Amino acid sequence: MNLGDRIFKFLMFLMALSVLFVASAMFLEMYHGALPSFHKFGFKFLVDSRWDPVQDEYGALPFIYGTVVSSLIALLIAVPLSLWSAIYLAEYAPRWIKTPLSFLIELLAAIPSVVYGLWGVFVLVPWCRKVVQPFLNHWFGFIPLFQGSMYGIGMLSAGIILAIMVIPYITAVSREVITAVPYTQKEAALALGSTKWEAIRMAVLSYCKSGIVGAIILGLGRAVGETMAVTMVIGNTPQIKASIFEPAHSMASVIANEFSEATSTMYLSALIQVGLILFVIALLINMTARFLIWTVSRGPQGNPAIL
Amino acid sequence: MKQNNYTLRKFKNHFLAGVFIGTSFLVLIPLFSILTQLISQGLGSVNWEFFTRLPKPVGEAGGGMANAIVGTLILVGIACCLGLPIGIGTGIYLSEYSNKHFASVIRFTTDVMSGIPSIVYGIFVYVLIVKPMKSFSALAGGIALGIMMIPIIARTTEEVLKLVPNTLREAALALGIPKWRTTVSIVLKTASSGVLTAVMISLARVSGETAPLLFTALGNRFWHHGLLEPIAALPLQVFTYAISPYDDWHRQAWAGALVLITMVLIANIFARFVISRKFAILRK
Repeated sequence: MNLGDRIFKFLMFLMALSVLFVASAMFLEMYHGALPSFHKFGFKFLVDSRWDPVQDEYGALPFIYGTVVSSLIALLIAVPLSLWSAIYLAEYAPRWIKTPLSFLIELLAAIPSVVYGLWGVFVLVPWCRKVVQPFLNHWFGFIPLFQGSMYGIGMLSAGIILAIMVIPYITAVSREVITAVPYTQKEAALALGSTKWEAIRMAVLSYCKSGIVGAIILGLGRAVGETMAVTMVIGNTPQIKASIFEPAHSMASVIANEFSEATSTMYLSALIQVGLILFVIALLINMTARFLIWTVSRGPQGNPAIL
Repeated sequence: MKQNNYTLRKFKNHFLAGVFIGTSFLVLIPLFSILTQLISQGLGSVNWEFFTRLPKPVGEAGGGMANAIVGTLILVGIACCLGLPIGIGTGIYLSEYSNKHFASVIRFTTDVMSGIPSIVYGIFVYVLIVKPMKSFSALAGGIALGIMMIPIIARTTEEVLKLVPNTLREAALALGIPKWRTTVSIVLKTASSGVLTAVMISLARVSGETAPLLFTALGNRFWHHGLLEPIAALPLQVFTYAISPYDDWHRQAWAGALVLITMVLIANIFARFVISRKFAILRK
């Protein structure tokens, strides 16, 4: 190798190495920042629901609860919608609908989250207050989940807006996964006399279910880390209530709200620890999702001669 | 009985096809709602003043977001200085030089990085830069955005470079051109529109980010003086105005959001149609 080649290769290697460096620095710096809080509160931090900057006592339970519940509401709404759209796009839609429709759905992913938040505050929240919450309260009010005062702002609105935000991700990935299923699968089912839906359900969906689960988990990852839109509609109240109408708080939104005002070292450290928890959760979720999607996209395992 | 069963199956088949079509269009309702609201609420406040004036204090009508628009451009500029070389360099390394193990580690890292919540990048840059320098700054905000660009650019660059036919590389090498020259002038040039797409997509993504700027760039109601001071950004300004209690500020927030989304959508559509069509020749 001549000198120019060596220099160039080394430079490119440095660039690639710096990615690794940034990622590990991120973990280490945050771990380091979270240490004071970790030493003081230990694992109690995860199950304590006190968040008191005045007394310097911190527990992250309300935030973990808020993140988990709002993400679950989001998935509950988003999974059927995006799965059905993905099936339509992959199996039914003619080309002249498929291209513009998938482009429009992907456009949903391009909208900045602060714009979602703005729309949430002025359109979604009033709609929730006037339509969705009275409806749920009227028909399902006997369940504690749907009781309480109807502000509009709260866990439910956060869940709905998260659902809208993760739909494009779940749709795009499941569409790809469904498209990756070999034709022969479906043809075999059709040849046995199944209807189109039966062929899709038995031969296509069951074939790629781990990939679809991967897509859903990827969506969950997005929902867990989403900050701005949630902060603007969830109400930012650290409490654990049975009702999904009540204001709540999430891990990302507590960081967004309080980080620049954190005065004491312990306060800052507690917030960094919340960030570290978020980081680790996102890491685990993404690794699981990538693995599941990979198991489908690598193709069928076993004897290729049979296929 | 048998006949019934068949009718039921056929009915289910058609019914579900209807459900699938219905939901596909249902998920577009929020998109149209957002776009129509932005236009109906925001368009009225987008005028010359909006692009040229500073924000006015509460109570005074008018004013604009000139500082925030310039701020966003500066932040994105700083982000490019960091994100472009590292992102494209990593892409080149992965596609042209990688040995198997190290490459899969890097690929995995970029994949994981793109899934990390944007607010976490904000914390990281705060701990790394803002805290030691004891000041919120444009530099810190730009670095946070730059780090976010890296995984997007790296993976897309790798993919488009891999689409360049090997025959081109071989032809260049056969002429005695050194490998680095081949990579830069042949491979990268052939795939340049694809790389540009990657850059546009990552720009569209980071220019709308708010969370990583909250405690790095912080925001500023005035013109900034130098890169080591807090700087305004369009998404930050929209956020502050949206959660404020003033009607006047709400109008400005809608206008800001309209400008922001126009920038983001133009970048997206540009990347999608103009560039990818040119690039489609390579894919065949």
